Amino acid sequence: MPVNKMAPCSPCVKAMKTTALLLVTSVTMLTPGLSGAMGDATSGSLGKTERAELVRLVRQDCGSCHGMKLTGGLGTPLTREALAGKPVESMAATIIHGRPGTAMPPWKTLLTEAQAQWIAEQLIAGFPEETP
Amino acid sequence: MRTFGYLIACFAFSLVLAACSSAPVAPVVRGTGDLGVVIERAKGAVTLVNTSSRSAYGRVEGLGDLSHASVVFSRDARYAFVFGRDGGLSKIDLMEGRLAKRIMQSGNAIGGSISQDGRIVVAQNYTPGGIKAFDAQTLELLSEVPAEYAPGKFSKVVGLADVPGQRFAYALFDGGEIWVSDFTNPRAPTTRRFPAGQQPYDGLITPEGRYYLAGLFGEDGIAQLDLWRPENGARKILQNYGRGQEKLPVFKMPHLRGWSIAAGQAWLPAIGRHEVIAADATTWLETRRVALKGQPVFAIASPDQRQIWVNFAHPDNGWVQVIDTLSGQVVQTLQPGRAVLHMEFTARSGNVWISARDDNKVLIYDTRSFAKLAEIDADAPSGIFFTSRAARIGF
Repeated sequence: MPVNKMAPCSPCVKAMKTTALLLVTSVTMLTPGLSGAMGDATSGSLGKTERAELVRLVRQDCGSCHGMKLTGGLGTPLTREALAGKPVESMAATIIHGRPGTAMPPWKTLLTEAQAQWIAEQLIAGFPEETP
Repeated sequence: MRTFGYLIACFAFSLVLAACSSAPVAPVVRGTGDLGVVIERAKGAVTLVNTSSRSAYGRVEGLGDLSHASVVFSRDARYAFVFGRDGGLSKIDLMEGRLAKRIMQSGNAIGGSISQDGRIVVAQNYTPGGIKAFDAQTLELLSEVPAEYAPGKFSKVVGLADVPGQRFAYALFDGGEIWVSDFTNPRAPTTRRFPAGQQPYDGLITPEGRYYLAGLFGEDGIAQLDLWRPENGARKILQNYGRGQEKLPVFKMPHLRGWSIAAGQAWLPAIGRHEVIAADATTWLETRRVALKGQPVFAIASPDQRQIWVNFAHPDNGWVQVIDTLSGQVVQTLQPGRAVLHMEFTARSGNVWISARDDNKVLIYDTRSFAKLAEIDADAPSGIFFTSRAARIGF
């Protein structure tokens, strides 16, 4: 991480080193895409790697409308409080089929029903953070 | 004499030690014209960068939720105003590399803009829907325009752009209108409303400040308002560009800005389609479509207007394609890194900076040779903003 040579005592130096360490660990944990997880619609239990990929997808890609912290944006908030009382099945159906007339797209080309079901269950329970 | 020199050296060394123990370092004198900021969306931080040395020179933390952040610059290019998703508005001093001021201005924001005279910064908000104007120096609230398009109904605001004459144009996603607010009196703005179409998702103003375009999500086409002749109202252009074809799901809303105008044409992401659509910037009739690898998110012209660089929505967000504006052909396809979120050009073209979120890197490419020149580490980088925006209408 290039750091300003004129300010050797800058408090940012320490922060940058910490960040760099975190990055190394997070990069090694990731596997690209969800391709490895597809075609597994019948499996009720998802593997650890697959779950981590789904958490990332929800935080990062659903997050472009719903917010990375799921507090809402162009899309509705998806926090546990906001979703209280919503049936999991209908949420999973919304993920798979989208919501016509709104900006919510159908995710069926990218997610299996089992994956959508798992995401809906996690959202209701309070969605996990990405683990580095 | 030698002893005296030794004493001076000791004294100087102790000064350095003293400087190290007491935190604030004397401000570095630096020009700001070649500086910029890179948003680190997950950490709520920005990395400060220098486009001449192609390196980072500082970092500012504690800026809240930057998962959808945008930045405008003061007209002297000293300060960057960072608008966060959580409604935070932060003013960063690029010369001193530190946070100058920060306020929470709403519950859920999407971006902001700065007035022609640089005295007012305006935030566009989702919750509560509307815009708010702040004194650029103090961040004191001056006035607000709630986006109440029907009694008791407030719209999310998108596509805020500065318009010459202390005005701002923006679109109402839920209200289906374009509004133009005049802040000549910053504490008592006046607003004109123009019906636009279903669900405008973003907007842009052309580089000379004449046309405001709002992309429509709820129907095919783009709403266009001629700000030189607003009495004519908004009209639709590029209608039916998806007619007769099944709409593809849109996994990420495209972003529009005035960078889309190049070589006499507007180059716009075709929403839901794997295409960029070009229209003559005089007649506003479609001239061509360019087939691409995925759904475009950004289609950005290089400042020399010779190329359009395009990135894509998930799951094609590892690709970047380059369109030649003369031939309308894709001339280069790159894989700069995982999850490419944004691109920014140096002011006179030459270099483009590309953020690859999942690689935690910003990649710098030469726009002629397409060679990679350098990389900068950044935590989950998204938006890249250079101070050259300070002098452009619509940025």
